[in-house]
Amino acid sequence: MPNTPGADPARLPLRTAAAVRLGNMSSKLSQKMGLGAGGMIGGRVALRLDPQALAHLTSGRSVALVTGTNGKTTSTMMLSRAVSFLGEVATNHGGANMPDGHVTALSKQPDAPYAVLEVDEGYFPEVVRAASPAVAVLLNLSRDQLDRVGEVRTIEKSLRTALASVTGVVVANCDDIMVTSAARDSANVVWVATGTGWHNDAASCPRCGDPIRWEGEHWFCTGCDLARPRPQWVTGDGYLVAPNGVKVELSLRLPGKFNQANAVMATAAAAALGVPVEEAVQRLRAVSNVAGRYRTIQRSGHRARLLLSKNPAGWSETLTVVREADHPAVLVINAHEADGRDLSWLWDVPFERLRGRQVIASGERATDLAVRLTYAEVEHTIVPDPLLAIDAMPPGPVEVIANYTAFRDLNARAAQ
Amino acid sequence: MSTNKVQIALVLPDLLGTYGDFGNAVVLEKRMTWRGIPAEIVNIRFGEPVPESCDIYVVGGGEDTAQTLAVRHLRDHPGMQRAAARGAVILGVCAGIQIFGESFTRADQVTHPGLGLIDSTSHAGGSRAIGEVIATPAGGLFEGLLTGFENHQGRTVLGPSAQPLAHVKVGTGNDGSVEGAVQGRILCTYLHGPVLPRNPQIADLLIEWATGAKPGPLDLPDVTRLRTERAKAAGVSL
Ligand SMILES: [Zn+2]
Repeated sequence: MPNTPGADPARLPLRTAAAVRLGNMSSKLSQKMGLGAGGMIGGRVALRLDPQALAHLTSGRSVALVTGTNGKTTSTMMLSRAVSFLGEVATNHGGANMPDGHVTALSKQPDAPYAVLEVDEGYFPEVVRAASPAVAVLLNLSRDQLDRVGEVRTIEKSLRTALASVTGVVVANCDDIMVTSAARDSANVVWVATGTGWHNDAASCPRCGDPIRWEGEHWFCTGCDLARPRPQWVTGDGYLVAPNGVKVELSLRLPGKFNQANAVMATAAAAALGVPVEEAVQRLRAVSNVAGRYRTIQRSGHRARLLLSKNPAGWSETLTVVREADHPAVLVINAHEADGRDLSWLWDVPFERLRGRQVIASGERATDLAVRLTYAEVEHTIVPDPLLAIDAMPPGPVEVIANYTAFRDLNARAAQ
Repeated sequence: MSTNKVQIALVLPDLLGTYGDFGNAVVLEKRMTWRGIPAEIVNIRFGEPVPESCDIYVVGGGEDTAQTLAVRHLRDHPGMQRAAARGAVILGVCAGIQIFGESFTRADQVTHPGLGLIDSTSHAGGSRAIGEVIATPAGGLFEGLLTGFENHQGRTVLGPSAQPLAHVKVGTGNDGSVEGAVQGRILCTYLHGPVLPRNPQIADLLIEWATGAKPGPLDLPDVTRLRTERAKAAGVSL
């Protein structure tokens, strides 16, 4: 194991150590009392007792932060697997991606010399200040829930300021205009061509407002010098090309182009921490199930693959994944606060791609989806309960794509 | 671009497409083609000139920055305003209602000139209006309830040349009492959903204006079901 400073709990400031102990106790207590996985409660208690807990808990560790609109949880898992080559890694599995979740994850593994943390975009500046990351990974930026999260451009500006202060390595997706603008002012950027980016929110330059023009894979602003940087890492179809020109097969167990992009971003970040490329790829290759996503459940003669998609960019990618085979599809839509209550975004998803396939509209807002499918000329029926919708399909493989709370509820019910 | 198809211009979807505004164009297109009226969508992107030859223009919502850029672009390429002068049909949604007016004043108190297509002014309200909206027709322009989802901070005051589209039963709309605006063949609303999938009678009204004939019946059970569901969710029965 390379020589790295550990985060010896004995060296934590007294107040943080006490806060962490109490936090861990309340975490266990909340698990015992059935208050959920105890994922964040402990962290919340610790942060209340010591607002500097995150800074103290990351001090002395080598920290990697992962943020972006889509793929955070998957990339974080991939990166933590890859970094485990170097030593023990503390990480927040399962999407508890705000500071209380970070404190919980870090205090559970006080001795881990490495930390790989998924960070909500909105909390990223705060976490950067506290954690002084060795590596910051910026995957992509696109619109998320319409009535909840701030404008994409506002997020881009706050990330830009935060990333400019990072003295470590920034790993950024140069096929995403918003990401490029956010990362460009950092001292030490590693650019990754992922081949993925949602261009619909970036017709105008985030720096000067003028139109962005595309020529093949290259893009540039017609009004200022913002343009696609030359990538050091390139994502190909099923492989990556490292900065030294060596081609490495990915052979991922997770499907789709989007996960290949996640894998290359994670490999570039792991390399920045000193993990050899082959070792990184070999480890992240094994990831097959991310917090229940992509897993297959057996039910009533069906093999249902559960896929999570939260926003237009995510749905667009997932529809590409399911296009690899012509299986029937159950689409599940809710519109709670966490999903975004405004379902207008359904019209930004290219459901037309499902024409000719057997489709059931499901979820609490199945009817909104059904109207969208009607106008997309996709034949469908409505079965609001997603488990009954799976049952209603002919036996065999079924693709189930659900948005946030729909996925969470389905995953919990399927586990019973 | 002269064809015998009804041309639906989707105006700056890359700037003003935040609220699924493509949906409004697709509903117009499908409701015509399914009834044997040839129609097509023409995408007019940021940086491209705006043609004045289209029959229907659909303008959507966007973030503040995008809205400012869109106004600048539409001023530099005034094809839509020229089309309006000859009676083309225009649908403006959310940001659309603000930029079509004489002026709009943001929360920072800076007033921006609008396109002057409708007699109205808009300003930033104290709070953001978010949620389901139900409104009843004003002036007998259409039948049934108007339903949609609103998410805006703007408040709009209509001048004497513009008529409200509807009276608000649930929600905020322009000012808590009326919703939208109609002036000639320009129809504006704050409602997303998008508005035309939720309100086929409004889509057919725009089609009638564009083609000169009232389109025949078109029964879409899912649409009827959605309207009933959404009204119920807002505490109103259709
Ligand atoms: Zn520029």
